[in-house]
Amino acid sequence: MKTSVAPHAVTLTAIAALVVFALANGLNPVLLTVSITVAATPLLLAALGEMVVEKSGVLNLGVEGMMIIGAIAGFATAVETGSPMIGLIAAAAAGAALSLVFGFLTQVLLSNQVATGLALTLFGLGLAALLGQSYAGLKPPSFPHLDIPLVSDIPVLGPILFAHDLLVYITALILLGTAWFLYRTRAGLILRAVGENHDAAHALGYEVIRIRLAAIAFGGACAGLGGAGLSLVRVPQWTEGMTAGAGWIALAIVVFGSWRPGRVALGAFLFGGVTILQLNLQAANLTALWLLVLGFLLLATHVTVRGLTTGSMHRSMLPLWAATLASAAWALAAPVSIQTQYLSMTPYICTIIVLVVMSADRLKANLNAPASLGRVFFRTG
Amino acid sequence: MSALLSVEGLTKAYPGVLANSDISFEVAPGEVHALLGENGAGKSTLVKTIYGLVTPDEGRMFIDGTLFEPRGPQAARAAGVSMVFQHFSLFEALNVAENIALGMANPPGRQELSQKIRDIANAYGLSVDPDRLVGDLSVGERQRVEIVRCLLQKPRILIMDEPTSVLTPQEVNTLFTTLRKLSAEGVAILYISHKLEEIRALCDRATILRSGRVVGACRPAEKTARQLAEMMIGLELTRPLPRLFTPGDPLLKIRDLTVPASSPFGTTLKSIDLTLHKGEVLGIAGVAGNGQDELMDVLSGETRVKGDAIRLEQREIGALGPNRRRMLGLLAAPEERLGHAAAGDMSLADNAYLTGRKRQRLDYRGFIKKATTENFARAIVSRFDVRTPGVGTLARALSGGNLQKFVIGREIMQRPGVLVVNQPTWGVDAHAAATIRTALRDLAAEGTGVLIISQDLDELMEIADMFAVLESGRLTVPQRTGSLTIEEIGLMMGGSTKGAVQDAHA
Repeated sequence: MKTSVAPHAVTLTAIAALVVFALANGLNPVLLTVSITVAATPLLLAALGEMVVEKSGVLNLGVEGMMIIGAIAGFATAVETGSPMIGLIAAAAAGAALSLVFGFLTQVLLSNQVATGLALTLFGLGLAALLGQSYAGLKPPSFPHLDIPLVSDIPVLGPILFAHDLLVYITALILLGTAWFLYRTRAGLILRAVGENHDAAHALGYEVIRIRLAAIAFGGACAGLGGAGLSLVRVPQWTEGMTAGAGWIALAIVVFGSWRPGRVALGAFLFGGVTILQLNLQAANLTALWLLVLGFLLLATHVTVRGLTTGSMHRSMLPLWAATLASAAWALAAPVSIQTQYLSMTPYICTIIVLVVMSADRLKANLNAPASLGRVFFRTG
Repeated sequence: MSALLSVEGLTKAYPGVLANSDISFEVAPGEVHALLGENGAGKSTLVKTIYGLVTPDEGRMFIDGTLFEPRGPQAARAAGVSMVFQHFSLFEALNVAENIALGMANPPGRQELSQKIRDIANAYGLSVDPDRLVGDLSVGERQRVEIVRCLLQKPRILIMDEPTSVLTPQEVNTLFTTLRKLSAEGVAILYISHKLEEIRALCDRATILRSGRVVGACRPAEKTARQLAEMMIGLELTRPLPRLFTPGDPLLKIRDLTVPASSPFGTTLKSIDLTLHKGEVLGIAGVAGNGQDELMDVLSGETRVKGDAIRLEQREIGALGPNRRRMLGLLAAPEERLGHAAAGDMSLADNAYLTGRKRQRLDYRGFIKKATTENFARAIVSRFDVRTPGVGTLARALSGGNLQKFVIGREIMQRPGVLVVNQPTWGVDAHAAATIRTALRDLAAEGTGVLIISQDLDELMEIADMFAVLESGRLTVPQRTGSLTIEEIGLMMGGSTKGAVQDAHA
């Protein structure tokens, strides 16, 4: 099967651009990578969970709600018990419990998945705010940092790969485990089959609803862990509404990653990178024009690589490159200062740009998309 | 002879319908046993019960004299019952080996499974490649995957639900060879089909069902197809009479139309050329998945193309949507009855309004003219003998055949200039099919150009004046029906157009 290289090329270009930006502004690329990893971890967890849910054919838009419930459950439990590990377990359990509410409504009572998912987000945000009232401003017990002996002392690679908090390693294990489960085990094959054609899976005697409920619970647990990653590791503190759209970005990452674990991980790092970089750019006082340059660069790369693989050049290729160069020249010649609000928008703007670019190639995007995604399964007979 | 499978007094009721009532029959080892009946006669419910998908209300089944009560398909498979489904239970985005593994209780490892698939495939002349994506396979190949999946379980009873409705004549012959070989090895085959000639050629015995009851049993080889059909429906059949055809002025023209596929497993239409004349019935044959749906969408206006690619009496209509085309006289009835041709949760009157709005003037300044709409729906119901309590009934409450009569009738009643239908009698029983075919012929006799896309060769041979084949998105030049033999058409459908032409010249 021929795979499209365009999304990879776009991702790599974006990463390269970020590193160039960092170096040009005197930031340490190693430290930058470490902080990007920390920022990407919650996104990756939530996105992996949602990917498994969607692979089983269910669209759960409640990721944001499950994340924030995980964030407060993990935070409160860690504060009360003094153990961040028990906090993590509580976060996963809380996320899974909330997701099973969604599962019961959509799978057993056959409610609409989109509406129920949105309601779950609103419910989660409200419930978390209520539960978290007495926890605002507290400091959680610090999360265990795990420097793997010997290898963590290797220059450059050591700090990037082997000197993180425990959650990063857990996430890496979940990533590898998910990939292995989906593509190497029979249970994973059955899960994909259910997402592909639930009627056929039912006709072969598989328990569609039970399999989907299990996937939904796994997705909820991952989202809960991701939320705890925000409140216990990344920030670490509890504030109302602290997920700030991370759940929605995780949903976008699943589409960006076209339902494949490796690409989902790449996507999480890209978005984590943008989040970290905009903070650094705010400090470095960069001009908004560079964001425009980045946007044009990504689009131009996508169009060019697609043109090279398909053999026919799109007519927008040359104008896009011209626009990239022109805006870069403009940014160099006329440094205009930018308000920080615009920089804070970047992760969300990037989400939109990436989704537009990805969905431009619908044929390819559809190939990996579970064919039964979001369709209600009604058991007959 | 001792029975391998015996069914005693099986009864299953759904709300409002008695699907099976006191059904009893026996199947011997190595026997090919046909289940005959119209749509809704209860054949599907019966075989689903044997396969463990449906739990009966009453009655018992025995395999080799021991009680057989499958709690699900897995249990049925463990007892030696396998089933090839009418709508294949395959997963397009997975490869052949993965699809087969999903249908097995304890699949071996990848390498071993691939080897087993090849062994079985060679032994029974069913060529399949374990590594190919099912979405890329033709319908015939998909069926082979299903059969291989069943054979790997070493079944003792194999259920085939309408296996030949989507195959080319050559593929049907290959399938029959495989089935005869299996039956010689002692496998009992339960065979469901509407094609009476096939049943006469293949089956040892037949059990005939009507309205959920067993109404007879026979040896098909000793009866004519007509006798079998009349046993099935309990009525005498009327067939449309042949008609002399002289083509009128050209009505609809498609010139060099190419449309790229819009989905990963869709078909690209490649330089389609076609002319439909007044009073002509043009049949387009082909195996499913060779561009029928795409061609249908282009003709109905759901897929829009360049304006000059399609002309209706000199007007460029390629860029117009379905409603504009309806105004100009081009009407279409798609294949999928529920969800495409009709909205299941809306009443028949509402469904009549949906396509008849403009041509029948069913609204006035944005308000629906309810009485006029209901009268229009009633007219369809009475002229096409749609069996329904009233026009307020929901479309999904009608049986497939009745709804099909309604959606075809709805377009015919609007007196179209050109009517395009896709699979007009698919899954419809003989009686309803005859009604629909007669109506289509009558319409053509009044000067309408009728374009029929169908996978049923016999149907096209019966009612089409001109005949073309759609294969891999290419359309052959239309020829007079009767100028080609079934064998030549079969080769064209299988994609060996050159072979057919050479044979014809040899």
